[in-house]
Amino acid sequence: MNATVDPAAGRATQGPAADVIAVRRLSLTYGGSARVAALRDVSFAVRDGEFVAAVGPSGCGKSTLLKILAGLLRPTEGTAELHGERITGPRRDIGVVFQTPVLFPWRTVLGNALLPADVQRRDRRVMQQRALDLLAMVGLGGFERRYPRELSGGMQQRVGIVRALLHDPAILLMDEPFAALDAMTREAMSVELQRIWMQRRVTALFITHSIAEAVFLADRVIVLTPRPGTIGDQFEVDLPRPRALDVMNTEQFGQHVRRVRAALGGRGAVVE
Amino acid sequence: MTRRGPLAFGLRLIFIAALLGLWELAVVQFDVPAFIMPAPSKIAHALYAGIESGLYATHLYVTVSETLLGFALGCALAFAFGSLIAVSRTVEYYLYPLVVMFQAMPKVALVPIILIWFGLGISSKVVSAALVAFFPLMVNTIVGLRSADEDRVNLLRSLAASRWQIFRMLQLPSALPYLFAGLEIAMIFSLIGAIVAELISAEKGLGMLMQSMSFSMDTAGEFSILVLLAVLGLVLNGLIRLVRRQVLFWDRSHDAGAPSPTKGDDP
Repeated sequence: MNATVDPAAGRATQGPAADVIAVRRLSLTYGGSARVAALRDVSFAVRDGEFVAAVGPSGCGKSTLLKILAGLLRPTEGTAELHGERITGPRRDIGVVFQTPVLFPWRTVLGNALLPADVQRRDRRVMQQRALDLLAMVGLGGFERRYPRELSGGMQQRVGIVRALLHDPAILLMDEPFAALDAMTREAMSVELQRIWMQRRVTALFITHSIAEAVFLADRVIVLTPRPGTIGDQFEVDLPRPRALDVMNTEQFGQHVRRVRAALGGRGAVVE
Repeated sequence: MTRRGPLAFGLRLIFIAALLGLWELAVVQFDVPAFIMPAPSKIAHALYAGIESGLYATHLYVTVSETLLGFALGCALAFAFGSLIAVSRTVEYYLYPLVVMFQAMPKVALVPIILIWFGLGISSKVVSAALVAFFPLMVNTIVGLRSADEDRVNLLRSLAASRWQIFRMLQLPSALPYLFAGLEIAMIFSLIGAIVAELISAEKGLGMLMQSMSFSMDTAGEFSILVLLAVLGLVLNGLIRLVRRQVLFWDRSHDAGAPSPTKGDDP
C-alpha cells in the first residue's frame, strides 16, 4: 500500500479498522483491436467507516473504477474485494449514487427511495419506515408523495442518496453526485452529505473532479492520473469534523488542496 | 393545442359553417347532380334518415365490433412479438428481416386473400383489422422498450435486479409513451382494415352498406357514412387519449404525439 498512508491515523481509539474495499492491481482495457486502457494497476483500500475521495481529471477512469466496484464491469486484470469477497457481479449490499439523480418519473419520492426494497423484495413496511426516516433526515419530510419533476435538482439528488442508503449498504459509492448541480447548491450538498455521513457512518467512496470537494469531504484523498487511469498519491485529510464551509478559507485547507493539485500535475478543476 | 378563449372558438365554428354554406351554394348554383356531389343538406338528411331507421346502428355495431376485436388481437400479438424482438437479439436477428419486408408491403393488398381464408363473415374483417394494426404497434413496442435510459438500467443492475425486474420496473414504463402513440395509430388503422375488408366483400357493416349505396348511386348516403366513420374514428382515438392521460400522468409530452413515435406507414 501507499507509504504516505498510516492505517491507524485518526482512529487510535478503535484500532486499525478492517478494509471494506480492497482493490489489488486492477486493470481494465476496453475494445478488441483498438485497445484502450482505462485503468492500469490500480490498488487501494477503503477502511470501515472511512470516507475516501478519488479525485482526477476526466479520462482517468473514475467512472470505470466505480462500475467495477458496483459489479457492472469486470476488470481485465486484478481483483476488487468487498469484505474480503471478490466482486464478480452486482451485489445487494452496495449503494450507488450516480452523476444525475436517475429517478423514475412514474414513482413518487417515496417510491423512488423504496426502489432497492422492491428490487430485493425486502419487507416493505420496515423499509418504508426507514425510507421515511432517511427522507426526513435529508430534509425531504413532507415531500414523500411528490413526483421527481416537482423537485429541484438538489432535492432530486438527495432522493438519490436516500435510495442508495435505504438497504444499509456495506459501502456507498458516489460518482460525481453533485456534478450536475450549480455551485451554490453543490456546496450546500457537500455539507449535507457530511452530516448524513457523520450520522450514519457509512463507508464511502466519493469520486469527483473537484479537488476542493474531495478535501472538504474526505478522510483520505486518492489521486487518479489519466490515460491510463492509475493511482498517484494518497493524502490523509485531518481537518476536524464537522467541517463548515468556512474551512475552505483556512491555510490548512489550502495546503491540502495544493498538495493534491501538485500530485495531479497541476490538473483538476480550478474553480469550484 | 394552445388555449384561445371562447371568441376564437366561436370564429372557428363560423369558419366551418361558412365552408359548408359555400359548398351548399355551389351545388345549387351550378346545378350539380346529387349522385356526383350531394349538397351538405342532402347528406345531413341521409344521415338523419339512416340513424332514425336504425339501419346505421345495426351496421355500425358490426363495424365497431370488428374494429375493436381486430385492434385487441393485433395489439396483443404486436406487443408480444415486439417485446420478444426488443429483449432478445437472437429473435431480432431472425425475425427482423421478415418484419421489414412486411413493413414495406401494403397490408390491405392481403385482404382479398384473407377473405378467401376466413370467409365473408366477421372473422375475415377481424383478421384484416388485426393485420393492419399489428405493425405500427410492434415497431413502437420495440423502439419504446429499448428507449429505457442507460443510467436507470445500470442503477437497477447495480441493485442486482433480474432481467424480468428490469423489464417490468423500467423498460415497460419507459415504453408507455411509445406504446400509446402506437395504440392511437393502431386504433385508426384497425378501423381502416375492417372497412376495406367490408368494401371488398361482406354480409354486414358500414363498408358493405357504402358499397351497396354505391351500386344504387346513393352518393349522399355514402357521404353520410363517411361522416359517421369520421366521428367513429374521433371517438376511438379519444378513448385511447383518455386512457393515456390517466396512465401517463408523469409524461408531459401529451398531445404532442409522444417522443418521436414511429409514424404509421400506409396500411
